[in-house]
Amino acid sequence: MPEIKVTPLGAGQDVGRSCILVSIGGKNIMLDCGMHMGYNDDRRFPDFSYITQNGRLTEFLDCVIISHFHLDHCGALPFMSEMVGYDGPIYMTHPTKAICPILLEDFRKITVDKKGETNFFTSQMIKDCMKKVVPLNLHQTVQVDDELEIKAYYAGHVLGAAMVHIKVGLESVVYTGDYNMTPDRHLGAAWIDKCRPDVLISESTYATTIRDSKRCRERDFLKKVHESIERGGKVLIPVFALGRAQELCILLETFWERMNLKAPIYFSTGLTEKANHYYKLFITWTNQKIRKTFVQRNMFEFKHIKPFDRSYADNPGPMVVFATPGMLHAGQSLQIFKKWAGHEKNMVIMPGYCVQGTIGHKILNGQRKLEMEGRATLDVKLQVEYMSFSAHADAKGIMQLIRMAEPRNMLLVHGEAVKMEFLKGKIEQEFSVDCHMPANGETVTVTTNPSVPVDISLNLLKREMALGGTLPDPKKPRTMHGTLIMKENSLKLVSSEQALKELGLNEHQLRFTCRVPLQDPHSDPDTLHGIYLHLKSVLKGYTIQHLPDGTVMVESIVIKVSSSAEDPNTKVLLLSWSYQDEDLGSFLSTLLKKGLPSGLC
Amino acid sequence: MSLTECRTELSASHFPLNMAAHLKKRVYEEFSQVVQIPQEEAPAKKLRLSKPSKSAALHIDLCKATNSTDALQYLLQFARKPVEVESVEGVIRILLEHYYKETDNSVRLKIASLLGLLSKTQGFRPDCIVDDAINTLNNEKSHQVLAQLLDTLLVIGTQLPESPTVRQRLIEMACKHLSDSYFGVRNKCLKLLGCLGTVDAPLTKDNEGLGTSLGGVRDVQSIISDYFGDQDPRVRTAAIKAMLQLHERGMKIHEIIYNQACRLLTDDYEQVRSAAVQMVWVLSQLYPESIVPIPSSNEEIRLVDDVFGKISHMVSDGSWMVRVQAAKTLGSILQVSPHFLEQTLDKKLMSDLRRKRTAHERAKELFTSGEFSSGRKWADDAPKEKLDTNTVYLIASGACGAFVHGLEDEMFEVRIAAVEALSQLARSSPSFAEKCLDFLVDMFNDEIEEVRLQSIHVLREISTHITLREDQLDTVLAVLEDSSRDIREALHELICYTNVSTKECIQLALLELLKNLNKYPTDRNSVWKCLKFLGSRHPTLVLPLVPELLSTHPYFDTPEPDMDDPAYIAVLVLVFNAAKSCPTMPALFSDHTFRHYAYLRDSLSHLVPPLRLPGNGLDLVDSRCSSGSVESAQLFLQQSLNRVSTIQNLEAPGAQDLLNFTIRDLRRLGELQTELAGAADFCATYLRCQLLLMKALQEKLWNMAVPLCLKQNVTATAAAQQILEETYKLEFLYSGLESRQVATIHHVRLQAKALQLVLTARTRQGLDPLISSCEKFLQDIESFQRLFLAELPHLQDSFVDKLLELMPRLSSCKPVETVKILQTTLRQSGLLQLRLPEQIHRATATIIEPTGESDNPLKFTTGLVVALDIDATLEHVQDPQNIVKVQVLYPDGQSHMIHPKPGDFRKPGPNRHRLITQVYLSHTAWTEPSQIEVRLLLAYSSSSTSLSSASPASKLGWSDSIDSLPQPEAAVEGTIPFSKPVKVYIMPKPARR
Repeated sequence: MPEIKVTPLGAGQDVGRSCILVSIGGKNIMLDCGMHMGYNDDRRFPDFSYITQNGRLTEFLDCVIISHFHLDHCGALPFMSEMVGYDGPIYMTHPTKAICPILLEDFRKITVDKKGETNFFTSQMIKDCMKKVVPLNLHQTVQVDDELEIKAYYAGHVLGAAMVHIKVGLESVVYTGDYNMTPDRHLGAAWIDKCRPDVLISESTYATTIRDSKRCRERDFLKKVHESIERGGKVLIPVFALGRAQELCILLETFWERMNLKAPIYFSTGLTEKANHYYKLFITWTNQKIRKTFVQRNMFEFKHIKPFDRSYADNPGPMVVFATPGMLHAGQSLQIFKKWAGHEKNMVIMPGYCVQGTIGHKILNGQRKLEMEGRATLDVKLQVEYMSFSAHADAKGIMQLIRMAEPRNMLLVHGEAVKMEFLKGKIEQEFSVDCHMPANGETVTVTTNPSVPVDISLNLLKREMALGGTLPDPKKPRTMHGTLIMKENSLKLVSSEQALKELGLNEHQLRFTCRVPLQDPHSDPDTLHGIYLHLKSVLKGYTIQHLPDGTVMVESIVIKVSSSAEDPNTKVLLLSWSYQDEDLGSFLSTLLKKGLPSGLC
Repeated sequence: MSLTECRTELSASHFPLNMAAHLKKRVYEEFSQVVQIPQEEAPAKKLRLSKPSKSAALHIDLCKATNSTDALQYLLQFARKPVEVESVEGVIRILLEHYYKETDNSVRLKIASLLGLLSKTQGFRPDCIVDDAINTLNNEKSHQVLAQLLDTLLVIGTQLPESPTVRQRLIEMACKHLSDSYFGVRNKCLKLLGCLGTVDAPLTKDNEGLGTSLGGVRDVQSIISDYFGDQDPRVRTAAIKAMLQLHERGMKIHEIIYNQACRLLTDDYEQVRSAAVQMVWVLSQLYPESIVPIPSSNEEIRLVDDVFGKISHMVSDGSWMVRVQAAKTLGSILQVSPHFLEQTLDKKLMSDLRRKRTAHERAKELFTSGEFSSGRKWADDAPKEKLDTNTVYLIASGACGAFVHGLEDEMFEVRIAAVEALSQLARSSPSFAEKCLDFLVDMFNDEIEEVRLQSIHVLREISTHITLREDQLDTVLAVLEDSSRDIREALHELICYTNVSTKECIQLALLELLKNLNKYPTDRNSVWKCLKFLGSRHPTLVLPLVPELLSTHPYFDTPEPDMDDPAYIAVLVLVFNAAKSCPTMPALFSDHTFRHYAYLRDSLSHLVPPLRLPGNGLDLVDSRCSSGSVESAQLFLQQSLNRVSTIQNLEAPGAQDLLNFTIRDLRRLGELQTELAGAADFCATYLRCQLLLMKALQEKLWNMAVPLCLKQNVTATAAAQQILEETYKLEFLYSGLESRQVATIHHVRLQAKALQLVLTARTRQGLDPLISSCEKFLQDIESFQRLFLAELPHLQDSFVDKLLELMPRLSSCKPVETVKILQTTLRQSGLLQLRLPEQIHRATATIIEPTGESDNPLKFTTGLVVALDIDATLEHVQDPQNIVKVQVLYPDGQSHMIHPKPGDFRKPGPNRHRLITQVYLSHTAWTEPSQIEVRLLLAYSSSSTSLSSASPASKLGWSDSIDSLPQPEAAVEGTIPFSKPVKVYIMPKPARR
């Protein structure tokens, strides 16, 4: 039985450092190559020594596929391709290819220039790495080699995020990357056709969450911002530069437009401008509304949102500021937070997940006094709100995707173990498919049962049709005779004559002969005649001939009578039939063994 | 082959003969008025043009065709021309004859399709060709042609609805070919079965040749349902469609196919799923109450609930077409049980619909205890103790939260469908209406304006069912700040119909509306109207607020508010409307409030109701004209008309006075009684025309010698001109006219024209102009006769009647004589009595904006343009997109006509339109700011004339009518101003260098 093996090097029962190895039909594929945000040592990258202890990875991997540009999905790419060594193709969609190097460069700058790490990949390495990238289009089937083909589907989540369908022969795997089943302000919903893969590898970040209606959340968010602005307060929204930030920007921008509001909105600059440029460019990847209206006005050309300057934070009057990073652990968002935290009119809205230990996490858990470096404490008086704007599928969305794709096996990655366990139970109960949730380094083996396609010659099929009559009934199997030829990896079903001709073989006749002793007092010809009459009465509808040369022919079966030398009463019947008439022949032999009925002659 | 070639030669050699015969024929044709235009360049085609030889021509063409391409070409050309009923059969015979000979599939296909086309010919009964068609079907080998032939049979079958034998035969043919291996043939067979099959007459398979697989007695339905499982998705779709067709034709679909239909809901192909949704819906409407078992349990539910669950499930389908279909369908399943209905709004209750019925309460507890996190609060998804997953059967059908999904779908088509479905369901179930409120309110935030607008409209429709809570009202009112005018007005409309529960709500609404008024002053009227309804709906809630609203104080006098403040007027509108049904309220008013009431009652009478105020004479006036006066006014109108009709002789003394008084009365009546304003105005204008005519025809004027009465002539000419203008107004400004009235109007116009003619003859010298105008007048009479043939009996003894009698004489005599005849007839003709139609409305327009009150001139640089916003309401204007124009008049006499875009017109109500547009102004430099006038015009053209106003459907576009219609009379185009002009102060400044 063929097998599909899946080994997560990262993201197994964990969020971050997505990297999954899949072996399917003799091909090895690496899905995503991410880094872990929580670590600063070797653990931040996947353990590539699992693949090989020394030397390059090229010969062990057929291709690498990157689902989207988030660093936990592509952060280790230059490290793997340039420092460990991989020269094969790397597949990603066009927007991912465009935005990915910006993020990698930013990441490199922070690690090397700010933290002063050495032994890290360089700008040149990023460039070299990106040269190996082959861009993918949506729904385009790409042949990696003769057998391996991949196809990308829209995944929502962020601009250019894709799910990939990997197919070797008749076995297939779908890897979802991160996806979102509810459309948002700038992206559509993930969609896949009913491709019935053998394994569906799905993320499960929100395995235990069923989110409220999106509109509810949006309305709440807008209402909170609006109220705070009307009170004259300042609103801080910590975001990561790409993805959610654009959604919230569009949301606020359209709201400002609709409501005719005048309070300024700022976006802390940085890589955002470059990225926004790409958002404007890849209109086809966005949602219906933006696609339809971009001719009049590109939604990403913001009217109300201006770049932020450090000095603006002290301006009087209401304002809204988007600032990076998203968990309030460093940088500009933290600086602004410190300035504004003391005033109860102000507000901070956390739009996503916060890792333990960050200030974001602390204030969300209700801490009102924060210890800063240098023994200073900070009183948090401003309002703290949490709005989940994370663009991952929730439990219901995951179920929906499973229903869309109808996989034979499920595999959950990119989530917390406890939550996965819960969802696993639900999936197994609901769809009655096997569900796996391997830890990092653990291999899951799925045996597949692929159907083997066989070419059938048209002549043979037509002949069978003529015999069988009406249309084939899909519910009833039918047997047919033919010869299976296996040649050069292809299977062919042809009629035996054609097979002989094709293979240049001679036809051999196979005949069975058998002796049946028979007690009969009559002379040989009489016995024969008796047999003739007997068979004639038993086998109706067959041609039975009594030939003058002392034989009886039933179809092609020859029956002869000879009497033995010792006992004239014991006759020996000689039966001979060809292989094709095996059924009839064996029937006759058993019939004659029973002897002739008395009173025939 | 050789034979055909030979024939070709033959026909070529006979060419001159052909030609001659043809020419002769043409001469005859011209006499008998055949409008076919012969083409000179192709002699072969000519034969076909002559009527009787159409079939013969086709025959020759087909015989001439040397190969299939040629034949196909001939057939294609043949198909472009219509065939007369009498020659259809002949043509069909020829086609069939050729069909048997033809070896090429494509030609046979074309012939088959032509057969179908020809069978459709009006008046032709295709039963004579049924046998042949079936015969061809039996001998046909090509699948494509087979499919086409079946299509033809379908046409024949539908043409012969009353012939059961033919029908039966056709159905048998269809059954026989159902086992064809080509999907197209099976498709067509199913279609045929769907369109022709009957349920009451089961198909008996008595003859052996027919489908052996269908043994025994089968009816059409079971045969069709066999193909629900066909291997080809197109055939599956066709099978479902055929079944739906049966249903549409009034056959009762059996319930047994329900399970099969449900299985198709999970088909791999979207068109199958989409059709299956419809199929299942049909079944749910037929058998709502039958009980179906739930697989994997021993419970049972109603079929309609089961269907509802299944279709809800389809709202999260992969294909958006199916989603739209499902969302739409959901709205029409009204018999569904309430608790199933309510689950469509709850995303968290994701348990299997079926299980829920028994485990309803328990499940609810589980969910409120929070198995899943909602994502609204931080860290509420921390793992809790594991729940017994076996009892709670989660995420089974996805039916729960169907609307939640539909409303946040990616495609706005789905969202709109979902909103519509919500409204349909909510209208039939008040409790559901209550529940879906939050979701609809959420939709006010949609990114597509169309969806936002739709959801506001929906909320208005269901608002009779609901009373808004304070928090809900809050979210609704937040939208008042929207910058889109449509949204705000829709919302005002909504607030007009909303019930609220507490006085805080009233206060909140007032506050927000005032805020809105402050932010968008142009919303003034709409906001006031909104407050009017709010007040009259909730008098008791307003009552406790009155002192605060009017800022009165028990001991102290408060300063009198500014009467021109729109916000203060808004408050007063609210209070006065509440006071109407709350007699205790006026006691709380202070003195100036009463004064303001009197003022507002006069200036904004549509917003301020009559109040019964203590010690105030006002209520007397109000109560007098309030009740039952429509009938009396109607009576008065009729009486006035009757009185006028007594004037037979225009010369009668006092006739003019009577007319004068009647006109005055009618005008006043129109002012008093708005319901009859249209009719009264119409009559008054008509009588005025008569009066003018009467004056112009006065005796003494005509007895004088020409040179002596120049002055009178001038007045008469002016009168004639005026009458003409008035008749155009009569014709085009009023809607609801019947052809009788139009005839009367045209009659007056004719009289005016006659008058003009007579006057020209008297004053001007020279015969040439006179001849042409005489001819023109005669043409006018002819066209009048043509247009109002049906009305002529009613015009006995009138001017026209007499003229028509004299027509032979008129058309032959000299112009001078004509004029004389006209003159006498004019003076002899009496007053034509006006009969009033049921409803006459005068088209009116009010320009709301610009108001013309501003003292600040609109400044702009000369040579550049400035945009002026125009907002106007139009009443009783039909087809305003084509006829309403904006005129801008500059002080120097220049005028511009602007044609607003069709998109600028909105239709807020029946017979009401709203024009919101921008006109661009520009002018060269002025030294002083000065006023321009803006007004609306109604454009008309008498070529698209007369009866067209009674039948707007037949009306063509403005430009079309001029191009395409033959013009019976010279089109008179013009415009009628129908709104008061508004003055706008502008100041073009010279550009600075």
